[in-house]
Amino acid sequence: MNTGKWECVVCGFIYDEAQGLPEDGIAPGTRWQDIPEDWACPDCGVAKADFEMIQIAA
Amino acid sequence: MEPIVIIGTGMAGYGLLRELRKLDREAPVTLITADDGAVYAKPSLSNAFATGKTPDQLQSQTAEQIGVSLNAQVLTHTQVQGIDVTTQQVRTDHGPIAYSRLVLAVGADPIAHGVQGEATELIHRVNDLSDYREFRAALEGKRSVTILGGGLIGCEFANDLATAGFQVTVVHRGAYPLERLLPSEIAQQLGANLEQAGVQWRYGCTALTVEMQNKEIALTLDDGSMLTSDVVLSAIGLRPRIEMAVKAGIAAERGIVVDRLLQTNAPNVFAIGDCAEVSGLVLPFVQPLLQQVRALAATLSGQSTPVVYPAMPVAVKTPALPITVAPAPIDAQGQWSVESQETCLAARFEDAAGHLLGFALGGQASSLRSTLTKRLPALLPAVQ
Repeated sequence: MNTGKWECVVCGFIYDEAQGLPEDGIAPGTRWQDIPEDWACPDCGVAKADFEMIQIAA
Repeated sequence: MEPIVIIGTGMAGYGLLRELRKLDREAPVTLITADDGAVYAKPSLSNAFATGKTPDQLQSQTAEQIGVSLNAQVLTHTQVQGIDVTTQQVRTDHGPIAYSRLVLAVGADPIAHGVQGEATELIHRVNDLSDYREFRAALEGKRSVTILGGGLIGCEFANDLATAGFQVTVVHRGAYPLERLLPSEIAQQLGANLEQAGVQWRYGCTALTVEMQNKEIALTLDDGSMLTSDVVLSAIGLRPRIEMAVKAGIAAERGIVVDRLLQTNAPNVFAIGDCAEVSGLVLPFVQPLLQQVRALAATLSGQSTPVVYPAMPVAVKTPALPITVAPAPIDAQGQWSVESQETCLAARFEDAAGHLLGFALGGQASSLRSTLTKRLPALLPAVQ
């Protein structure tokens, strides 16, 4: 299963699906679409809707 | 109708444009910038080595691209010469531009380092992508870097450069890094972890003079010692750019003074971002800026919306010890209590009645961020 990375357009924070965000209670392997809508970027507070997807690592 | 004119194309200017376009696709918007108007995420300048990005890769869009995608006119390489608040015009070196509403999003300048000597122009400051481009070019083939200032940006750069293999020394006036934001236990641990990552500290010192010495840059510190390195970076803080506003008769204190609607004392003139002082607060961080642009976008679209600041923790991107800090208000009475275990440090700032007013989290303790943030009072609560 391929996993992707998402990058915050505001601050550059990267969400890596493979790693998840255990400190936010998001388990490794959690798909972007499965993250709650009220989740916000831990670095800058931008809402999920403002993230943009970056290239999936090969 | 004359356009909404935004001066500045940093995170505040483009951020406002993005939010405005969510509410109104058509209202004419003109942005003015003295530089090339490149779109980039400013916070990622101080961890670009860790994310493996070159300056070119940090740029996500050109001014032209964002202008097309968000239906706005972006005037690049255009100098603002003055603002006439009575006729509602911005004077530029490309002619006058009339505005219906004007938004000052002009940012902040690095504080002058005050170092004297023949080589002062070799001291880098990184306040935007073009500065960063020059800094990266200067690092090419070099080994050692001295950073002036061990604050948030200084620590982030120190960590990033050390990880990238540079010999990094930080000259810091305080006894620990980030000592004004953090309780001493966490500040000390940050300093120690950065040291393990290869950063050398010169605590309690300030650089006085700078000169060239055998192809190296030599700094003389106020303890009389000398420090040589290939590249020097100054990162000692920011000062809001208020001159343009002041010349136009717009009120400014530390920043351009605005109310909760982000409005200055001049009609139809607003200020946001690092240049703005909102209800006495100058907060040069991303989250306050986002709260501002959302509120102002609504106001400019006809729905008068005062800005609200919830508690807004700041992330310090130091992989050696990632920190999240929500500073207590400056006048808050209370004290820190710190729990620490190796890679997990949690400090709470509470008043005598046990109300949480601030916190600082290091390492794995950042898992407490959202729980603790919910318990903090809002910085600027909703207007009743």
